Amino acid sequence: MNKVVYGLILGGILGIFDGLTSWFTPAVRSQLLTIVIGSTIKGIIAGVLIGFFARKVNSLPLGILFGLGVGLLLAFIVAYMQRGYYVPIMLPGGLVGLIVGYATQKYGSSGLSAPSRP
Amino acid sequence: MNWLSDDAISRLQAANAMADFAGTRYRLIECVGSGGMGVVYLAEDSVLGRRVALKILDLPDVPGEFAARLLREAHILARLEHPGIVPVHDAGVLAGGRAFYAMKFVEGQRLDRLSEKQNTLSTRLSIFQRICDTVAFAHAHGVLHRDLKPPNIMVGPFGEVLVMDWGVAKILGRIQSSSSGPVAVESLAPASDPLLASPAKTAHGAIIGTPGYMAPEQARGDIESLDERSDIFSLGAILQFLLANPAHQNVSRPLAAIARKAMAANPEDRYTSASALGQDVACYLDGLPVSAYPENILRKVARWAPRHRVAIALVLTYLVVRAVLILWARR
Repeated sequence: MNKVVYGLILGGILGIFDGLTSWFTPAVRSQLLTIVIGSTIKGIIAGVLIGFFARKVNSLPLGILFGLGVGLLLAFIVAYMQRGYYVPIMLPGGLVGLIVGYATQKYGSSGLSAPSRP
Repeated sequence: MNWLSDDAISRLQAANAMADFAGTRYRLIECVGSGGMGVVYLAEDSVLGRRVALKILDLPDVPGEFAARLLREAHILARLEHPGIVPVHDAGVLAGGRAFYAMKFVEGQRLDRLSEKQNTLSTRLSIFQRICDTVAFAHAHGVLHRDLKPPNIMVGPFGEVLVMDWGVAKILGRIQSSSSGPVAVESLAPASDPLLASPAKTAHGAIIGTPGYMAPEQARGDIESLDERSDIFSLGAILQFLLANPAHQNVSRPLAAIARKAMAANPEDRYTSASALGQDVACYLDGLPVSAYPENILRKVARWAPRHRVAIALVLTYLVVRAVLILWARR
């Protein structure tokens, strides 16, 4: 699967899952839908960015680092908007980015077509 | 009267046994091997200035049947142009009446000797895949090898794999072709090539092959029933030989199943083609399921998990972190 599409789908799925885990926190359960939508959008954005990076740079360590960085940055923005919860938002957010970074490099295909034969 | 010593008689016999290449383009260098039918010499082709291997009939006064068999082998090799089959450069009959053919001189090691070294399993399986490719090519051209065994496989210094000794090969009466149906062998052999146009040269009941590597139907001398699956049995025996190395104490079940299927007593139960056998080995090397070894869900997970252990570890880490954060938030 194309690395960008792979990143988008994986980021979206992990974003949904990440958002759904807020159900276990009674204090924010009432905002579950908003959290899931926000988390999904965050995951999709991270996945697309990481996918594009993976298409340009074919390196597992760099892909992991970039994924971690993007995940942390987006999570930081969300936490900043929330005015708190830095650790509960940034730690899983960074891990999601790291997973997407690893997976796009490892399992995504470059999406380049084979050269045509004369 | 002067009597010749035993030593002198031995030297005269040896000189008589030497092939006479006077007047040809070849200069013999040394004898590099011998088989049931002929001797192989390393020689120099004086015209092209390169080394070649010359296979020559062992005896000068053999009946024409053996000469025809040697030349038939040369014709078969010439027909099978493939990286895994040694190319033939020339063939003919010497002034003394001995048939010969010249082929590329292959520098390498026999598979049975190579196996004494501690090669990795993946290297061995890669070699085996290339043997399967070569045999599949020969089958597609209507040729059965009938004596596949490790001593007949050469592995070159750059990893090239060559299937040797096609002296007892059989031309099938039909070929498997992807583009057309069965084709009569006569249509494949040119009219001027009577050697190839006479496929059944081995009498029914004659046993050709090597014990341990020949299929049961071959061991029975049931020549008429031999087909591609007889070679597949031999390939299975080669695979078993490669797996039997002491360095590989625990042969994985899928590989053992592949060898078992290839060596099934009933030809119907074997792989239908050498390509299918090679493909199953390729699947094993790629961590994919093999056709010879049906898997339940647990075995699938056991095969899948080691290949994705980093991804599994990352997801588990995420889940643990999430669980800890949830518990921490509920305190």
